[in-house]
Parts: sequence; C-alpha cells; structure tokens
Amino acid sequence: MKNTGYIIALILLGCGCKFNDSTTKTLPIYGNKEPVTKTVNGKQVTDTVYQTIPAFKFVNQYGDTITEKSLEGKIYVADFFFTTCPTICPVMHRNMLPVYNEFKNNPDFRILSHSIDPKYDTVPVLKKYADKMGIAGNTWWLLHGNKDATYTIAKSYLVAVQEKNAQENYTHDGFFILIDKQKRIRGTYQGTDPAEVEKMTADIKILMAEPGQKAAK
Amino acid sequence: MKIWLIISAFMAMLVITASCQNDGQIEFNRFYSNGSVVYQAHCQNCHGAKGEGLQGLIPSLSDSTYLKNNKNTLACQLNGGLKGKITILNKEFEGEMPASKLSPLEIAQVLTYVTNSFGNKLGTVNTDRVNTDLAKCK
Ligand code: HEC
Repeated sequence: MKNTGYIIALILLGCGCKFNDSTTKTLPIYGNKEPVTKTVNGKQVTDTVYQTIPAFKFVNQYGDTITEKSLEGKIYVADFFFTTCPTICPVMHRNMLPVYNEFKNNPDFRILSHSIDPKYDTVPVLKKYADKMGIAGNTWWLLHGNKDATYTIAKSYLVAVQEKNAQENYTHDGFFILIDKQKRIRGTYQGTDPAEVEKMTADIKILMAEPGQKAAK
Repeated sequence: MKIWLIISAFMAMLVITASCQNDGQIEFNRFYSNGSVVYQAHCQNCHGAKGEGLQGLIPSLSDSTYLKNNKNTLACQLNGGLKGKITILNKEFEGEMPASKLSPLEIAQVLTYVTNSFGNKLGTVNTDRVNTDLAKCK
C-alpha cells in the first residue's frame, strides 16, 4: 500500500472558549461557533450556534448499523484506534476500561472507538477484540466504516489521523472526545494519560448533571 | 586509644565488605536499572507499568513458570516477535507481539528487568547468553 497519506490537521478552532471556571459546574463548549440572529415573539434575539458532529453511518462489532440517531439522548466519548496498533492504543484502551466499567450500566452513555484500519479491522476482528477486552453489551461500540467516512468524522472531532505511511504505520493522536446530547464537543482528553482520563470521568458526571443534558431526549 | 583502633578496624571492614559486593551483583544492578528504562520505552505501553498486561489481549509478565520454562527462547521471542496460542497464568492468549528492534545488550537488560520484577526472581540474563540464544532462533 503506497498511499500518499493525507493529514487531517488538528484544528482547534474557537480556542477562545477554552476557559474553565471551576466555580460553575458546567463544561465549556468547544469548536466553531456562530452568532445567529432570529426573531422570537417579535424581538430580535442573537443566539450562539455551536459546531456539532454531523450525521454518520458506521457498523459496530455486532454488525449493527450505527448512525447519529443511535446516539440520540446519549452522552458519548469517541476515539480512534486500530486493533493491531503497536503503540498508543493499548494504553488508551487500558485507560478507557475504568470509564467503561464506571458507566456501563448507564443506558444514556456510549463509547465509540473508530477503527482507522477498516481493511484489517473487519466486523469479526472487532468482535474478537471486544471479547478479548472483556467488553460486552452496547456501552462500548467498536466501529468499522468506510475509510473516507472515518477520516472525515475524525476532522469533526478535531482529531488528527493519518493513513498508512511509508513505514506501514497509521498515525493518529490519542485523544478522547466528550460529546453531549446536542452533539457538541464538551471536552478533549489525552487518552494515554491516566490523570486526564480520570478528569474525563469527573467531567462526564458534571455533564450528566447539566440541566440541558438531563432533560434532552 | 584502643577504642579508636576498634572503630577504624570496623570502618575498614565496612569499606571492604561494600567493595566486595561481588561483580555478579554489580552486573545485575546495572542490567536491571538499564532494563527498566528499556522496558518503559518499548514494552510498558502493551504490558503495563506493573507487567499486568491488558485483559485477554496482552499477557501478564508475572508468570514465573512460563518465563522459567522459556528462559532460552525469550530472546528470540523479543527479537523475532511472538505469535500463536500461549497459556499465561492459566489463561489462553492468541495474539501477536511485533518483533522488537532491540540490540542483544538491550534484550539482556530488559529480560533481566522482566524476569526479576513483577514477582519473578530468575537472576541476571547477560549479553553472552542472549547472543547464544539468538544464534539458535527458529
Ligand atoms: C504491541 C504490543 C507489545 C509490545 C510493545 C510488547 N509486547 Fe510482549 N507480548 C505482546 C503480546 C500480544 C504477547 C502474546 C503473544 C501471543 O499470544 O502469542 C506478548 C508476549 C510476551 C511474552 C511471553 C508471554 C508472557 O506474558 O510472559 C514476553 C516475555 C513478552 N511479551 C515480553 C515483552 C518485552 C520484554 C517487551 C519489550 C521489549 C514486549 N513484550 C513488548 C504484546 C507486546
């Protein structure tokens, strides 16, 4: 495979909203934002519209089709990996396990791990990986999909991934991305760092308690 | 006067005992501490900081019996990689460890570290032995 790998650059747009006021119990909202002016009850109101994760279609380790609709009313964490990854993935998923165990009984929580090597990571390979990891049920989905679709969605999660290079290596960064029920980015965490992942677990609890997250369905 | 004689004799004895720490122990200490650096750089991501492995994907390094029984092929397992069914701590694994790009010295160091950490105590693996073992790799 001699693909001229293309890089999806890590674009941390809207860094201005990266503050985190520890006294307020809400998480920041990341990504692009746009002011939208509309008329409500005859008055002009300016609203901020945040970047959201666009529609998608992948297949999980059970062969079920997963779309944005499968995540309606759910808070979720997304990451990018491949089963034969010799470098950071074992570390990321060693760190993800406690997150899985903490929330596996919560029907409104999901983990989405996108394989960036769809050629090798077929549905049965992903199922085997799940079995070996000791994960069952529908909390943690390992997703197979068209390569372009995966690489495109990585961009909306602000994650950098790169196709096989000359050394036959895929590269990608190890971020865990926290998405709320409105499909907005609420946190990015270095998945190889146990301390950051612990912070993510704490943030997930904060997010779950936000008014907009409890009611939304 | 006499007390000083006793004290200096005692001090001298201490110095002699310390320097008499045998060569084997010095070699072990060197290999072990360098081995821990090699381990962190090349093995820890998969096998974990405590050698605990990862669920059913990557085996633990605390199975002393396996390490002892495979003492002479561990160098080859690192050098050429390892694939296929193995049983570690009564659990079956069928994964694949990629070949490492370590020198014989680094292999000796990391094997000294691994086989004397995580509850194992199998002594020094020196470079000569690694070279001998590597010459017999299948
Ligand atoms: C990419 C992940 C990965 C890396 C890096 C890795 N290993 Fe392994 N290792 C494995 C897997 C997977 C197996 C099991 C292979 C099988 O099932 O046949 C294994 C097996 C072993 C075994 C034999 C089984 C056991 O648990 O005792 C030893 C010893 C070992 N590895 C040591 C090392 C050492 C030392 C390093 C660093 C130089 C290292 N490994 C780096 C994944 C890895």
